[in-house]
Amino acid sequence: MNLATLEDDHEAMFDRGWTDGLPVVPPTEARVARMLEGTSRDAHDVVCLIPPNLAECTVEKVAVNAVLAGCRPEYLPVVLASVEAVCSDEFNMHGVLATTMSVGPILIVNGPLASQIGMNSGINVLGHGNRANSSIGRAVQLVVRNMGGGAPGGVDRATLGHMGKQGFCFAEDEAGSPWTSLAEERGFGPDLSAVTAFCGEGPRLVVDQRSRSPESLTRMLADALLGAVSPRMVMGLDAMLVISPEHMSRYRDAGWNRTRFTEEISALLMVETDGIVFGAGGIEEGIPEGLAGITVPKFRPGGLLVVHAGGPAGLFSAVIGGWLNGPAGSEPVTREVIP
Amino acid sequence: MNTHATVLDPTAEDRPAERERCLRPESLAGLTVGLLDISKPRGDVFLDRVEERIGGLGARVKRYTKPTFTKPAPVDLRHEIATTCDAVIEALAD
Repeated sequence: MNLATLEDDHEAMFDRGWTDGLPVVPPTEARVARMLEGTSRDAHDVVCLIPPNLAECTVEKVAVNAVLAGCRPEYLPVVLASVEAVCSDEFNMHGVLATTMSVGPILIVNGPLASQIGMNSGINVLGHGNRANSSIGRAVQLVVRNMGGGAPGGVDRATLGHMGKQGFCFAEDEAGSPWTSLAEERGFGPDLSAVTAFCGEGPRLVVDQRSRSPESLTRMLADALLGAVSPRMVMGLDAMLVISPEHMSRYRDAGWNRTRFTEEISALLMVETDGIVFGAGGIEEGIPEGLAGITVPKFRPGGLLVVHAGGPAGLFSAVIGGWLNGPAGSEPVTREVIP
Repeated sequence: MNTHATVLDPTAEDRPAERERCLRPESLAGLTVGLLDISKPRGDVFLDRVEERIGGLGARVKRYTKPTFTKPAPVDLRHEIATTCDAVIEALAD
């Protein structure tokens, strides 16, 4: 596409609706060619159909959007795997866009490639400041917007949205974790690089600066998770728990592995339905009265995804509430990253 | 003034197919009207009332339900509605 001589190239990107509200890098032929050097895939390979318009998307089109987002070529394989994950039937990107709930794709990168491309799994891990984290998540959102037509106010109907919809991607701190990684939990070997897409809202901090025992900290984390999205919603949504290094030290010191933690916290994530039926406690929201009198788990089996990440100091973790799960909603999806 | 004369298009470069809308029926009498419940809570309450009202206008009503409100209606369902109904009303949300 040729720009007019007097057009400002940055303004031209806005004028054509190609941005997410922030300036983008003009996708010149040279930049796109350089981006394509980051993958072994042919530029004309079809990656997938991009919801909501189900547009056929080639590797080259992903590369163009990766340039817009500010990616370096070595990030492209992660962007490609992420696009595949987000645009799978199981993830249901069309529904994630169309819902009025304020959720979007959150991407967690595991495996050796994360550190090789300079991803952040440490200080400010869920925030800004790292080029790979910021631009990979952004590129995926730009693909959905530009290729799929999923723009806010169009098919994206979120009532509030959250800042992570600009792009939300981070790496798990595997080197500092005594536990198996999220990707290993999901069936990928430690030598493989993989990205997991999870549909979630913005992160909410869990402060616990007093717990010294894993039992106490687990109770605190469970308390926070019981309120994920809504204290009155059970079973129908998943959540992600990001455990920081200092909190993880409680488990490491006590010799708890991931399996032990999952067993212990699952026992605490039980809800007596008498307290959450319609009208209980003077709150009209809830579950039908016919479900009173029983105890149910907050999350379905496997519905709590646990990741280790964050800076070395600070007794804080984070809960990221999900959206409707299962075949009627969005399933977390993991894809191998192929260089 | 720009410094990059040529950029590559990041969009799908597609053009939506344009089709003319069906003419709005002057009367529902004798027509088949599909009522599509997208499976949101209380959509059935709304459509029950709509069925009562348009049934009184002489329309024949057929009820349909999407498997889930979070995904587009399956192709087969859309095809069935398009080929058996003269008009359709969709209950969007709770």
